[in-house]
Amino acid sequence: MRRIIISLGLTAWLSANPAHAFEIEAEQDFGLPPAAPIEVLSNADIEAMAAVLTDFAARHPTRRVHYVQASSAEIQRAIRDEGARFDLVISSAMDLQMKLANDGFAASVELDVPGLPDWARWRDQLWGMALEPVVTLASRRGFGDLPLPRSRRELIATLRENPDRFAGRIASYDPEVSGVGYFLVSQDDQGSDGFWRLAEVMGRLDARLFCCSGDMIEELRAGRVALAYNVVASYAARFRPDDPDLVQLELDDYVLAILRSAFVPVAAPDPEGGELLLAHLLSPWSQGIIADSAGVALIPGTGPAPGPSLRPIRLDAGLLVYDDRLRRASLLSEWRAALIQDMPAGETPTTPEAP
Amino acid sequence: MIRTMMRPGGGVSLRRRLVWQFILLSAVLVAGLAFTVGWVADRASRASQDAVLGAAVTAVADGIRSVDDGLELELPYGTFSMLGAMGEERIFYAVRVDGDPATGYDDLPMPPMPPEGLVPVFWSTDFRDARLRLASVSRSLLIEDRARQVVVTLGQTRHGQAAIARDTARSAAWAAAAFMALALPVALLAAGAVLGPIRRLAQVVAARGPRDLRPVRHQTPRELQPLLRSINGLIARLRAALEMTETFIFEAAHRIRTPLSLVRTEAELALSETDDPATAARLRRIVRAVGESSRSANQILDHAMVLYRSDQFAAGPLDIAAIVQEVVRATAPIAEMREIEVTTEGLALPVQMHGDARMFEIALRNLMDNALKYTPSEGHVHVAIRPSRTELRIEVLDDGRGIEGDPAALVARFRRGGNVGDTGGSGLGLTIVSEVAAAHGGRLIVAPRETGGTCAALSFPWA
Amino acid sequence: MRFLLVEDSRELADAVASRLAMEGHAVDHAATLGDAREFLDSAPYDLILLDISLPDGDGRDFLARERSARRDTAVIMMTASASVGDRVLTLDQGADDYITKPFDFAELQARCRAVLRRRDGAADSRRHFAGFTFDALAASITIGPETRELRARELRLLEILLSRPGQAFSKSHLIDRLFSFDEEVSDNAIEVYVGRLRRKLEGSGARLETLRGVGYRLFPE
Repeated sequence: MRRIIISLGLTAWLSANPAHAFEIEAEQDFGLPPAAPIEVLSNADIEAMAAVLTDFAARHPTRRVHYVQASSAEIQRAIRDEGARFDLVISSAMDLQMKLANDGFAASVELDVPGLPDWARWRDQLWGMALEPVVTLASRRGFGDLPLPRSRRELIATLRENPDRFAGRIASYDPEVSGVGYFLVSQDDQGSDGFWRLAEVMGRLDARLFCCSGDMIEELRAGRVALAYNVVASYAARFRPDDPDLVQLELDDYVLAILRSAFVPVAAPDPEGGELLLAHLLSPWSQGIIADSAGVALIPGTGPAPGPSLRPIRLDAGLLVYDDRLRRASLLSEWRAALIQDMPAGETPTTPEAP
Repeated sequence: MIRTMMRPGGGVSLRRRLVWQFILLSAVLVAGLAFTVGWVADRASRASQDAVLGAAVTAVADGIRSVDDGLELELPYGTFSMLGAMGEERIFYAVRVDGDPATGYDDLPMPPMPPEGLVPVFWSTDFRDARLRLASVSRSLLIEDRARQVVVTLGQTRHGQAAIARDTARSAAWAAAAFMALALPVALLAAGAVLGPIRRLAQVVAARGPRDLRPVRHQTPRELQPLLRSINGLIARLRAALEMTETFIFEAAHRIRTPLSLVRTEAELALSETDDPATAARLRRIVRAVGESSRSANQILDHAMVLYRSDQFAAGPLDIAAIVQEVVRATAPIAEMREIEVTTEGLALPVQMHGDARMFEIALRNLMDNALKYTPSEGHVHVAIRPSRTELRIEVLDDGRGIEGDPAALVARFRRGGNVGDTGGSGLGLTIVSEVAAAHGGRLIVAPRETGGTCAALSFPWA
Repeated sequence: MRFLLVEDSRELADAVASRLAMEGHAVDHAATLGDAREFLDSAPYDLILLDISLPDGDGRDFLARERSARRDTAVIMMTASASVGDRVLTLDQGADDYITKPFDFAELQARCRAVLRRRDGAADSRRHFAGFTFDALAASITIGPETRELRARELRLLEILLSRPGQAFSKSHLIDRLFSFDEEVSDNAIEVYVGRLRRKLEGSGARLETLRGVGYRLFPE
């Protein structure tokens, strides 16, 4: 097992898809070269998937997995515009996944997954494979002696009352860069009236916007931010145990949970391979591992049950509305108006990039 | 009675044909029903889906607002969610302002006819490898001080609707199949019910005696009436033919008897006038022959009558003692002429029986004739009715020469006792008597008496 | 006795009339029912011999009309069909008896006697002859105060002999008339009856004489 993983790095660059125009963040092979590769395009960090993919490679010696990590927006571009050929596409950007499926990019897969909730799949094309709670992380040091807020209302109050402490020290997704970020904003927009007040407060405090959860956690651990709003819990889970400073705020008004979903593209060169891997990901064993890292089970019985305030977002056609151009434009303009109050509307804000 | 068994011949089975026709008809009906149900279900679900789609496109159109910098669209999440809910449909939409794409799927086709007013236009088209049902609605909006035509088009696949229609059709097909499965026994039953009256009619006709020529009186369905009429017509013609034959026989007897009478009378006259013994002997032979033929004719007619009445068994209550008495009275002159004493026993009180009085009369007359014929002058004939616990016996005992040979064989038709000599008789007598007894469930017993002579007894067990 | 014979066959009627005359009866012949009615209206008859089928109708209908008109002359139907139906119908319609053609005249004679006896007599069934009175219906002869019963064949023999008194009847002739033709009779049988009748006639003025080689005759002494 260990040997397999070590070998991955060596082959990673050799087996890349020919002429990637989209931007790849990382890639890795699970399994050895003679085996036929299953091409996977995913926005999940390799580390998050390593365990289940290694297990897959061990179980299927004739197969290997070529895992390509890219942002959800890049995935969208690769599949929709560039016709990239992958056998399995995994993304947590539900609206984009939904749109790809709706637009006919996903193939039907005959798969029987006992216990998979109806809302976690769309037809037999889009399969939910992980429930990812979206949480707010705080740094104990950053909060000092302030009590940890227990709801968005308290959070807003805390931020308002302590502008000095939090100015420039709040992190969140940049919805204009990150598909997940935009999706979370649209969900917050829909989910709570208080969100825009929070956005305004964050704007006033010069919140810093990031592309990815990982970056936000890095900043948090480095002590450069005190609060990270909307961080995918599985990332937090990977860092929190060895960092007593990181606290997950228990906002009990609601906790969004996005559904990481996978589909086998209609243009897959090896659809059987894609299906095989998908089945593996949905197997109780894999689900157990995934639920461990996410902190909640998608399929009941494979891990911790969801808390009462958890609000999973359903995979259905309603998701299509978030990708609408006009809607996106109007939402983002509202976002900008809230976040970047000193800028004229319509101007692209400068996004502070993670180092 | 002779029962004619119905045998399955080489002909076509009406029952099988009926069953097949029934099944075939059911199959056609069932297929038609399943198809119709499927079609109606498809139409109904299509119509209801159209209503939902129409409401959805209207809701989307209502979400379009004109704002300072152009157009604002509030796509209703719930509407899309609802549209997709049934069968997880794929959804496509487009908003065009004056024909130019504003948002959604720019390549989504425009409606074949531009929508007017607030009423959605529906149509179907293929888009991105899917069959779409689309609805378009048009709105006039003032955008940047200009009235613009905004057309909202919303399309959805109809997998769910198709699945529902398919499910409904399948359910109908299953129900139809179940109906078909039921149809077989029902068809068998129905065929049985239809053919039952024919079978019963056949049984009724088959159960008749060979000489039973009464019209068939049997309740049959209207459709079988012609058949029944034909059968009865045939029977009537047959009966007419037989009656004609009988009439002919009686007529022939009548016609022959008058000249025979003349022959006999003339012969007797001639006999009284001749002195020549040879001529007298010839004349006597003539007279005797005439007597014999007359007697034979009587018995043949009696026999025909008995057979006829056996079939047309017109039984009723009768007093057998009175009949015996009457026969004794009718034969009394002959007995007296021959100086035979006839005594009776058990005739004083009525003895009730069930049967055909005329057949009894024929039988008893024949017995009496026999007894008188074979009893010598100044002999004695005893007629008795002897009811016992188990049977009723009517005995005719005579002083005659008795019988030789097998008594049972005497009864056989046209056979005469071995020692009748030149006593006239056709030998039918005992056959006639025996047949009458059999028709009444009894039998004729002919046995020699210990004191000489013969005992002929009719024995009828009490029913 | 006086008979009315209703029969359409003239030849048969003639023969029957001749044969009945042999028995000492007076016979009128009617060929039709119409004639028969005329005969009946003009003279009394002891007995009607009625055929069933006649040119102008059915003898049974004629009989029924006669009976309903309360004329109750004894009737013996002569049937040719011999079917039970005919016989019964015949009796039902008021016939006293029936006889099937062709008939044995001895039987006819017997039936006539039986019928008349049952109806309690004809006009006059008695004959007086040589000191005795013969009553055919009662089957008796009366000599002075004494009445002697006659048996059937004695009666019949006396009838034959009385039909032509003084004339000799041959043995075979008497046998022919005394017995049925189908009876087996020896020549001597007649002697038995002659002997019996002779004893019955003792004391009267009549003598039953045996003419050796010729026959028998009855004559007044």
